[in-house]
Amino acid sequence: MPLRSRLSSPFLSGMNRVTLIMAQLLLALIPAIIALVYFFGPGVLINIVLAVVIALVTEAVMLKLRHRPIKPFLTDGSAIVTAVLLAIALPPLAPWWLTMVGILFAIIFAKHLYGGLGYNPFNPAMVAYVLLLISFPLEMTTWLPISAFSDAPIEFDSAFQMIFQGQLTTAVDSLSGATPLDAMKTEIGLLHVPSQVIQQPLFGHFGGKGWEWVNIWFAIGGLALLYRRVISWHIPVAMLSGLLAISLITWLLAPETTASPLFHLVSGGTMLGAFFIATDPVTAATTVKGRLVFGAGVGLLTYIIRVWGGYPDGIAFAIIVMNMLVPLIDYYTQPKVYGAVK
Amino acid sequence: MSTVAGSFPGGLVLNGQKKRSTQTPIRKTPLSKKLILPLQQHIGSESIPIVSVGDKVLKGQKIAKADGHVSVYLHAPSSGTISAIDEQPIPHPSGLSGLCITIETDGLDTWIEHHPIADYTQLSEHDIRQHVREAGIVGLGGAGFPSFIKLNPGVHHHVETLIINGVECEPYITCDDMLMRERADGILDGIEIIRFALRVKNCVIAIEDNKPEAISIMELALAARPELTDTTIMVVPTRYPAGSEKQLIQVVTGKQVPSHGLPIDIGIVCHNVGTAYAIGRAIKHGEPLISRIVTVTGTDVKHAGNFETLFGTPMHELLAFCETTREPNAPFILGGPMMGYNLSGDNLPVTKTANCILVGVDAAAPAEKPLPCIRCGECAAACPASLLPQQLYWYARDKDLEKTRQYNLFDCIECGCCSYVCPSKIPLVHYFRFAKTETMNQELEAAKSDQARIRHENRLARQQLEQQEKEERQRQRKLALAASQAAKEKQEQAAQSPSDGTES
Amino acid sequence: MFTAIIAITVMALIFGLLLGFASIRFKVEGDPIADQIDKILPQTQCGQCSFAGCRPYAEAIAAGEADINRCPPGGEATIQALAELLEVEPKPLDEECGVEKPKTLAVIDEDRCIGCTLCIQACPVDAILGAAKHMHTVIASECTGCELCVPPCPVDCIDMVETKQNPNTWRWPDPDHVDIQLGDRS
Repeated sequence: MPLRSRLSSPFLSGMNRVTLIMAQLLLALIPAIIALVYFFGPGVLINIVLAVVIALVTEAVMLKLRHRPIKPFLTDGSAIVTAVLLAIALPPLAPWWLTMVGILFAIIFAKHLYGGLGYNPFNPAMVAYVLLLISFPLEMTTWLPISAFSDAPIEFDSAFQMIFQGQLTTAVDSLSGATPLDAMKTEIGLLHVPSQVIQQPLFGHFGGKGWEWVNIWFAIGGLALLYRRVISWHIPVAMLSGLLAISLITWLLAPETTASPLFHLVSGGTMLGAFFIATDPVTAATTVKGRLVFGAGVGLLTYIIRVWGGYPDGIAFAIIVMNMLVPLIDYYTQPKVYGAVK
Repeated sequence: MSTVAGSFPGGLVLNGQKKRSTQTPIRKTPLSKKLILPLQQHIGSESIPIVSVGDKVLKGQKIAKADGHVSVYLHAPSSGTISAIDEQPIPHPSGLSGLCITIETDGLDTWIEHHPIADYTQLSEHDIRQHVREAGIVGLGGAGFPSFIKLNPGVHHHVETLIINGVECEPYITCDDMLMRERADGILDGIEIIRFALRVKNCVIAIEDNKPEAISIMELALAARPELTDTTIMVVPTRYPAGSEKQLIQVVTGKQVPSHGLPIDIGIVCHNVGTAYAIGRAIKHGEPLISRIVTVTGTDVKHAGNFETLFGTPMHELLAFCETTREPNAPFILGGPMMGYNLSGDNLPVTKTANCILVGVDAAAPAEKPLPCIRCGECAAACPASLLPQQLYWYARDKDLEKTRQYNLFDCIECGCCSYVCPSKIPLVHYFRFAKTETMNQELEAAKSDQARIRHENRLARQQLEQQEKEERQRQRKLALAASQAAKEKQEQAAQSPSDGTES
Repeated sequence: MFTAIIAITVMALIFGLLLGFASIRFKVEGDPIADQIDKILPQTQCGQCSFAGCRPYAEAIAAGEADINRCPPGGEATIQALAELLEVEPKPLDEECGVEKPKTLAVIDEDRCIGCTLCIQACPVDAILGAAKHMHTVIASECTGCELCVPPCPVDCIDMVETKQNPNTWRWPDPDHVDIQLGDRS
């Protein structure tokens, strides 16, 4: 290969590319997406496609407005990752405008107004998720009952109509169902004992019905990313340990009023957050020690918000709060340089 | 054989690409008609020419002397006539010129009389250093630091371990590998002398485990030397940059050289195998350093290999000798692909530090514009000095030089690991080199302006003093004048008064 | 109502005392502002700012009597640094004072020099060496390139030459402003 290249060494370059990282991330999400579709119907897929299309168009427009080259940035895959992450965090039959508002906010405000790829202090998908959760609490918490287990599974066309026209063709008994995390919180609020709460049909073997499997598939995808060294182990391990530690302590102290650690690990967005969102390199801490602190912080905050906060799941809030602390964390966790005097 | 005692953080396992240039034995580059010798081929001050244009010189004759302490002598690599002493392009990333002595060779290659020393133990350590200095020997691993300085433990230090660096961790380069394979005895000659000069017993020859031939040959040669019983060979795992001095010290001894310190501060001295060989030649055979082994390799080289090349040989002759498919004036690399320099002109001479000429690499860094940093932290994970390249990059871009210094910019060894792993393909090392030279320049400017200020203030003070003195003198003169006038008047009065008196 | 007023007054007093104490206890000893400005100026002592040297100009800036954009040898960088120090907006160099030029060095053509000593008297940093009726020469390392020695010379034997970059003073170009294709190295 002729050397046109650079002024300064090194003249060799590894295989690692931003696009490659993003592509592997998306690949690792596939098993969990299949599980989501299996449990919650094809609406998930429609959401994803819708989100990706809107995200790409918005990204292109923003790049154009900011006078940035479009091709290298559009093909880096970061907009697609943001879109997919937000889409799978939304309820499976979320109305189309909800997805659109979320993506527009994520790409325009959370990403490009901060300077685009690499410059955003907060994870765009999580910023959008939080915006939607605060602005449209009803739509954001309306989850379907597990379709695979209900009598009338949702077909593709009915999901399509639900998303775009807001009505269903087939009769479904109850449209609004709470997530298991939500239900657990409500039930504990009513002074019911968690060990009995999980006997309800909404709950599965050790977590929410369906949710437990989705979480496991997210974890498997995450482990694949770890194996491929796309992400480092520090953040997921620290976050899950943080969550496990605090839930174990409270559970041991008060088993009557708190859900089991296992339930927390496989509920809501725990695994998605641990492997795919908290590990977003742009917004996470960068030093090794800093990543441990960052991850543990996300784990602890998630639990605190879930149990004592006003929202059923705290992942998004926890990640955003920890994003804010990143500069501080990085500053105080600098590694000791070679030869530093002790 | 001894075992490794530590490892350094980060680093990379790179594809060595070394087979390409190890298929043939070391060959001699044909004598060039013209040899161009830069006066600065080492770290320190430029040597001073001691010949003039038109002088006839013999092979091995001194043509420039050391200037000050950190400097060495320079010799004619072949016999001929000095045809010019002027500015010529030198191999340097700047593409700038430097003062060079040019020799038109006569083709006879007549040696000057030289004086081999059969028994170096008859010499004092000081004499050995002097010989090494006068033989023009500098570190041949790439840095070019005058070697005689590293043969002096100094009064405050005791050298515990001598490390002979045969690691050669950069891809493509094989000159040390081939030297060990073919001239193991010569290297051991040098090691004996270095041990003697440093009064050190314990010596480790470090070789990366991707050079099994060199390892076995060196072991055989070592086994045949009863004098070198305390010398062992250490096979170090292949991981770039294990051959970098500080990293190698950590691998061999488990110790870290203090930041801003020298290996000698922890009782360690490192010499390259090529340097050891050169020291052996200089003392045992009386031959000054006039040639070195240069690896010529790369994807565009037809006959890659190692070539014993006289200093001053124009690179285009060496490239023509090896046949390349390189376009005229296309850039090529001097040194390895990770730390070398990109040169575009090929009318540049081979110098003491030119270990490799690399034409074309297999996985070239892309030339297109980098993507923004996504803060993935791969650079920090790869950094063998435990720096935070990413933070350094932000501050270097921002030209916040003070901050780059706080983030230990000057501990960066420019190994290139960070740029190599960067998924956004940011030329990080370039930013660091930029920030380093900017900082050094700023310091220079500050020192200069401080000096100017002091000189100006001194001048003002002097002028004031002069003014005062002048005024003082004037006052004195006025006083004196007044006094003398008064005296005169008095005299006159006195002269008049007696007459008055007599008259009255 | 009354208690609130008292409470707030007491708090104000306490915090006032605290602040006062802190301002004395943690006082940052800094150089006088004129010294800091003088540090930034390039010390060519060329007088292009219309002051008799860098120090008087620095004092004038500190006193608010002179603008920060009157130093051609310092150019952009100096104006930037001054603006930062004084927390004012940087402005372009005052054309009246001169234009930013590459660094130069005075060189005396020794064949033409008649040894009049006028340049020695003009040099603000004593960088010219010589005696009456003897040839003069410039100590290159001390010359600031101020050009003050040029006008007094009766035989025009002083040339200002651009200081050449050598490999030891060469600086890596800013990667943000470099043509990625090899070529523009300067």
